[in-house]
Amino acid sequence: MARTETKHLLPTGLRLAPAQAWGSIRLVPVLRDEVRGDLRFARRTYDDDLTVVALKGGLMEPGLKYISYVPHGLVMAWDDRSRSAAAAFGTQLHKPEGKALKVGPFTVRLMHRMVHREEKNRLRLLPLHLAMEGFLALHFGGPEVAWSEYSQEALSRGLNPRSEWSVDGWASTAFDEALRLFEIHEQQVGVLIFHADLLLSASIVSHPEDYRALHRALVEDFYGELLLQYGFLGDVPPLGLSIDERRVSSVGDLRAAVEQMRKDWASFQGFMAGGLFGVEVSASTVYEAGPFQLQRFVTGLVPTEENHIGEVIVRGDGTLEYLKTYRLSAAQTRRAYLLKQLAHAEWNLERTAGNLKTTRDDLMARLSNAGFGYLLKESVLEAALRRQQGRRW
Amino acid sequence: MDVALARAEQVAREDLVMFVNACFSCTGQREFYNDARGQAVSIEFLHAYILGNYRRLYARTLAAGINHFNQAQIILNLLATGKQTPATDRREEGALIAAALRTLPPQRAFRVLEVLRERRINNRRTRAIVQEYLERRPDLGFEAIKYRAKLRAAVAHGHLKLGGELNPFLFHGWRKRVFTTPLLEKFRQAHYDASALFELPFTVAEGLAVKHGIPRDVFLTRIEPRLTAAERLRLQGSAAREDGVTLSFELGRAPLTKLALYVLSLKPGVRRERQAELHAGMEQAAARTLRRASVPLGRVAAVLDNSDSASGSTEKRRRPLGVALAAHYLLSASAREYRAFWTSPVEDPLLMGARGQTDLSTPLLDALDWRPDLVVVVSDGYDNDPPNAVAEVTRVFRTKLDPARRTSIVHVNPVFASELYAPRGIGLHVPTVGVRDAEDLPTVLGFARFAEGAAPLSELEDYLAARVRRLLERGQRSLTPAEPQETAGASTAEEED
Repeated sequence: MARTETKHLLPTGLRLAPAQAWGSIRLVPVLRDEVRGDLRFARRTYDDDLTVVALKGGLMEPGLKYISYVPHGLVMAWDDRSRSAAAAFGTQLHKPEGKALKVGPFTVRLMHRMVHREEKNRLRLLPLHLAMEGFLALHFGGPEVAWSEYSQEALSRGLNPRSEWSVDGWASTAFDEALRLFEIHEQQVGVLIFHADLLLSASIVSHPEDYRALHRALVEDFYGELLLQYGFLGDVPPLGLSIDERRVSSVGDLRAAVEQMRKDWASFQGFMAGGLFGVEVSASTVYEAGPFQLQRFVTGLVPTEENHIGEVIVRGDGTLEYLKTYRLSAAQTRRAYLLKQLAHAEWNLERTAGNLKTTRDDLMARLSNAGFGYLLKESVLEAALRRQQGRRW
Repeated sequence: MDVALARAEQVAREDLVMFVNACFSCTGQREFYNDARGQAVSIEFLHAYILGNYRRLYARTLAAGINHFNQAQIILNLLATGKQTPATDRREEGALIAAALRTLPPQRAFRVLEVLRERRINNRRTRAIVQEYLERRPDLGFEAIKYRAKLRAAVAHGHLKLGGELNPFLFHGWRKRVFTTPLLEKFRQAHYDASALFELPFTVAEGLAVKHGIPRDVFLTRIEPRLTAAERLRLQGSAAREDGVTLSFELGRAPLTKLALYVLSLKPGVRRERQAELHAGMEQAAARTLRRASVPLGRVAAVLDNSDSASGSTEKRRRPLGVALAAHYLLSASAREYRAFWTSPVEDPLLMGARGQTDLSTPLLDALDWRPDLVVVVSDGYDNDPPNAVAEVTRVFRTKLDPARRTSIVHVNPVFASELYAPRGIGLHVPTVGVRDAEDLPTVLGFARFAEGAAPLSELEDYLAARVRRLLERGQRSLTPAEPQETAGASTAEEED
């Protein structure tokens, strides 16, 4: 497994422009002034109902598998030697990837690994699935010490299989409409997606042309439950700034005031995205491609704050070249938080409860509520729940 | 009491301005930001509301230079509710309907006749107006062939008697043995003999050509002399693409906005190649428009929106962009000094496309820097980089920098926003007026002072009354000779059918 480091996610080399709102969706364009052109992304569509990604072992052999619906993959091409030759983009022929199986009326695609090197300078990745896999694999192995409370299953197989669910962009018609109406800037390389003024996702690539091509595909990506949860809220308020006419005495002053307005917008939106940019994340490097580092990250997993998982490509000089994030729902954060606390205390329930300033029974009830009841022996869990309820009476 | 009266007058003025404004821009079609259903509901409501409350002014709107879609709606609504007309207004209303119907392009007028039957509107006044309209058509034989189904519906519905062989033609068609009128006879023959169909109007011949199995390229080459200007323009692209036929077309003859839309529909490479020719065509079309209605202007700056949303919708493809391009040529032809400021700068307006965000404030500031007498902003009213900036700029400019109104600013909007019942504005200090074609600009610039809200209701009433007089006088004059302009303007709005 890759090493994990703690770092701050910073929007180096990027600039925000004023948002465009439609219904409850607010889209904030991310612009890049200096485009180097040595890292390009192209979209590859898969039209299969289900995709099985072999994380370890061969395609058809038993081993660790990741199963999900994957609408498309990203093919990343880079150029690491000369600065003059731009990365070849979208011109290569490629063989159909992986293996497609027909199962009844459905098709299932089998693929190798989340990040698959196809050629010397080309990499295929499944956007966000890499981050999601990392999130699922968090403390995947289960208890390392055979504490007596844990079920036989938990001791032998850990959290396997663990599942999470997410929401397709299609689920929100407003989102689809907002993407259609959005006016893409000339230098735009990405977008911050706010729903009911909560940051839902960030999606940034390296080159404006790539963004233009990927823009409508954003609706196929997956988003946290917030997209559904706030789907019925009304429109977000139009945020308007005003100009103080007392300070204006010429057209030049007016121009400066508009420029100030634009700057205020960017800093305000940067503030709104404060749960992502500038916070501490734990990141692990998955792949190194020339000067680029592909990392996946997860934020602090504190239940009271907003939490994101995602993947990021950073250039050697710190420029943010690619970013895709997924906002965890409150329930997902709770689950991850509990697992993290358990792992911290070496899966000892007493100690974990002590760290959380609660009782052992209470912790077991929380585990059960979070969907991890299967980790504990049935008799132990039931006794705990009974005591819990008895106390409540 | 006085206050109540003043308030009532203000409400009436606002209602009317909103209605006339909507009638300039809304066609019940899909727009970039709104769907067709919302547009239709919105404009229907406005019509019903104004008809119910201000019947006389509703009728007089027919003379305000509004678009054909709304003229047709008003004619139908007035005819359907004839009973409610006060006795004093009956004469004027009838004359207005007849005059407006006459100035509609024939395909739209015939569609009105057809809807009369669909909506079962059948009263004495309606029958008289329809009869009079048909009697005055300069070439009813030709139209009987081209709009046969619609004309037949009208004749059957109104129990009308048409002169010559028209009644038997409409009801028996080619099954009648023989016609003495040459055109009708050709129509009959064309059903049996392929060579006769090249004398018929293009749209009729097209169906018969399929029946006789004439290859498309042969058909297009031989029917060419019969094509109308609009058909020629429309067919040019598809004919060259599929059938290898080139249709000769004199660009300067097409209506300005239509030509702009044609230019924008060409691929950038083709536009670059034909640049000089297209430019000359646009200039001619602009000059022709000005000959009909000219407005001498001083130092004019145009702020033109070519952002993504100017691409319009599937039903009105690139219309906002086309209107902006046409306005560019029209204003540059009518102004003493002229400069254009696009939202995303273009090297040559003929080569541009709709792209990028809407940053309206920067070009507006550039325009104000140039100190013009008049700034015409052509945009759909959406302003997102930064939002609300243009409203703030115009507010501060109006209240602080130029309270004496040395520079006047007018916002011209080709897009009707159904949720507002009006074209979207760019702030309270700039009047917004709707347009459908750039050709409306001279009319609309005159109307702008009402949209601003400064002029009282009586002035608006006088304005409409004057336009009514002019329309009716023009109708009287054109009674004897058939107006030659009518055929030229006939093709203006064909695409909306």
